[in-house]
Amino acid sequence: MLNIGGLTKGIVIDHIAVGGAMKIYEYLNLKDMDCSVAIIKNARSNKMGKKDIIKIETFDINIDNLGVWDSNITINIIENGVIKEKRNPRLPEQVTNIIKCKNPRCITSIEQELKHVFKLTDREKGIYRCIYCEQAFKKY
Amino acid sequence: MKHLISPLDLSVSELDEILDLAESIIQDPKKYANVCHHKKLATLFYEPSTRTRLSFEAAMLNLGGSVLGFSSADSSSAAKGESVADTIRVISGYADICAMRHPKEGAPLVASKYSSIPVINAGDGGHNHPTQTLTDLLTMKQLKGRLNNLTVGLCGDLKFGRTVHSLINALVRYENISFVLISPEELRIPTYLREEVLEANNISYKEVNVLEEVMPELDLLYMTRVQKERFFNEEDYIRLKDSFILDRKKMEYAKPDMLVLHPLPRVNEISTDIDDDPRAVYFKQAQFGVYVRMALIMKLLEVEVC
Repeated sequence: MLNIGGLTKGIVIDHIAVGGAMKIYEYLNLKDMDCSVAIIKNARSNKMGKKDIIKIETFDINIDNLGVWDSNITINIIENGVIKEKRNPRLPEQVTNIIKCKNPRCITSIEQELKHVFKLTDREKGIYRCIYCEQAFKKY
Repeated sequence: MKHLISPLDLSVSELDEILDLAESIIQDPKKYANVCHHKKLATLFYEPSTRTRLSFEAAMLNLGGSVLGFSSADSSSAAKGESVADTIRVISGYADICAMRHPKEGAPLVASKYSSIPVINAGDGGHNHPTQTLTDLLTMKQLKGRLNNLTVGLCGDLKFGRTVHSLINALVRYENISFVLISPEELRIPTYLREEVLEANNISYKEVNVLEEVMPELDLLYMTRVQKERFFNEEDYIRLKDSFILDRKKMEYAKPDMLVLHPLPRVNEISTDIDDDPRAVYFKQAQFGVYVRMALIMKLLEVEVC
């Protein structure tokens, strides 16, 4: 397995479904961050077979709504080179303008000023549906 | 103020109130002939429709009210790029209630958020069509006498058919309903409906692709059209299309009191041979659509009969 240097201080987003790392990278706007960021794709995982991982050398990012992207991820808070805290992602009941409806038949596809609002309809599976067309948000 | 955007906006007791009122209207329509005098219904139809628009207009006229509106996006400000939100804010000053059909899913919900008058969803793309569901339920209640203890066959395009999805959502709230879902593999109900509605509510259902073999079990058969463009190839369409055409021969397998419903328009999925069979109730169903819309308009306008 590829070795990436350990993180002394920062956040590790683990157990990302394969293919999801870049979406989360874009959502967190990591390209504009000054800190070190490592993206590991297709890492071996006992639990998932394969997974993606992101390591970020800062606490200065908003990880509140990451569960909307992937409800199965684990968020590890690293301090002094050790995992200080493991968090499961929060699943807010409703999110506004965090994710976008991609259904071409949805009213949001033609009325640009409408807010993209999604409601959590299945907490167990982490399914969010657009309040207008009820289409489930496809994560990846 | 209440709107009707999704069939699930109404609780079972609210639904029953509307159906009861519709049944009272059927018994004595004259009693309701002027209850909406001086009230106006705006029909905002961004795409063409024959029966839905006319049945809304007939319903309001039957109640003594009047109607205004447009019947295509081309003849409205939408052609100039006006948003649904702005249109409804303006129309709110012209009418007391509105019925909106829009090709985009969720447009009536947007309207309801900016409206100061009740908004009725008259069909939003392939999404919801709650007044068709009310029509279907009234037909069942009137002609079958109940909305519980029924084995309901749903036949045809179960994947894209919004009327089928809405009807399943509405019926699962009644006791002892089971479904027989008859369709080609390609047009089975969407997974979310199977998992989040049928299985989540412990509803008994089976999926088959031959109509004849399940006919004897059914109390109701709800037919929908299998559209050629839904198939991946013409060969499959030709192979499967006849399996989902209801004709006199297939009706021989049905119970003597099984009812055939169809949201209309029909193309060829129900043979005209069976139009005179008393079990074929789809034209009565269209008539019930007017009564149930009368009841709905009265409820949303909070009109009482003295």
